[in-house]
Amino acid sequence: MKNHVWRPLYVVLALVAAILVFRYFYVPRDFGSGKYGFMYSFHRQADEEQWQNMPVKYRNTGREQMHESCRECHEEEVAGRSKELHGIIPCEDCHGPALNHPDDPETLPLDRSRDLCLRCHTSLPYITSDRQRIPGIDAREHNPGSECVECHNPHNPRLEDM
Amino acid sequence: MNRRDFLKGAIVVIAGASVPLSALEFFDPREVLAVNPGIHWAFLVDTYKCVGCGFCVKACKIENDVPLEAQVTRTWVERYVYASDGHQYVDSPDGALQGFPEPRIDMGLGEFKEIEPGNVGKAFFVPKLCNHCDTPPCTQVCPVGATYKNDEGVVLVDRSWCIGCGYCIMACPYGARYFHPVYKVADKCTLCYHRITKGLQPACVEACPFGARQICNIRDSNDPVTRIIMKERVGVLKEEFGTRPQAFYIGLTAEVR
Repeated sequence: MKNHVWRPLYVVLALVAAILVFRYFYVPRDFGSGKYGFMYSFHRQADEEQWQNMPVKYRNTGREQMHESCRECHEEEVAGRSKELHGIIPCEDCHGPALNHPDDPETLPLDRSRDLCLRCHTSLPYITSDRQRIPGIDAREHNPGSECVECHNPHNPRLEDM
Repeated sequence: MNRRDFLKGAIVVIAGASVPLSALEFFDPREVLAVNPGIHWAFLVDTYKCVGCGFCVKACKIENDVPLEAQVTRTWVERYVYASDGHQYVDSPDGALQGFPEPRIDMGLGEFKEIEPGNVGKAFFVPKLCNHCDTPPCTQVCPVGATYKNDEGVVLVDRSWCIGCGYCIMACPYGARYFHPVYKVADKCTLCYHRITKGLQPACVEACPFGARQICNIRDSNDPVTRIIMKERVGVLKEEFGTRPQAFYIGLTAEVR
């Protein structure tokens, strides 16, 4: 067959070779797929480590550990909590992430806003949800303008204990 | 009977007799899982326990550097209200970052719908997050191999490799992905991969005072949360899409999708 018929084929082959060479140098060595196969998990292995090394901000003060790490310094507040009421709320939900407290930050912010309490204590008539077990108020009628903590103890909200 | 019929019959009988009894047994999923050890993370949401406080959304945003004021979030809480006139309402103001401080329904575009307490039939909250599907459509469509499901079953995004094209955001049937306003790449729930690999629980699980959100290794049949998924009537979202979600829900209705 004549030369001019083959020539485009050589051009295409050269292009494919050039792309493969570029790809060889450009794609990181650790690209590969795990047990979910090429379709779902073709990725750079080093990225998993990068996600693992993200900083942890919230310390473990959930219901399981029952605020052990906070108790070391804040014995009075932790001991004074009503176990079955606000005692189920992790300290960091209201006080913010502890990070490396007390080194960084030295103090955690105190959120005294009504909005914080209204997350749970807005009266919603939802009998098919556990929301019904939480006492609720109408924020427009229940002492508007004043902070909840002026009358209620956030660590132990039971009125008869006040 | 001629010889041909005899041979035919003999082949059928031998083939039938050679089927082992074990092929007719039913599999116990726990036994199958027990011979495949390792970690496979799964999530369990109990919608009965959720009260819509939104502490999970707040904790997630702070833990994972998602700007609080941005209208994107890795996890959110939806409120479903069924009025007694047959209407159904769903809302999630700011993804429930501040919870649901108002009884009225946010209809969007600045419109609100007041529902009389007496007219509320069924109403509940549903926390949502990435389902970490076993066959995730979002990783299938990625043109550069930036998003993937790792061997522990967590779907992640490679921030240095993502080109921000947004195919995965369109491909996710659950709306669990979004464009990160700071890093300018696709972003999504990582199940707090930096926490679960250190033995901690995800920030949202930690933050929930009511235990509505839980995480487990579904390969570990002794895990109490795994036992709930195995034994109780749990559902998944949009099963018909064939994505095989690994986030299981207790207390779904047909309207929750």
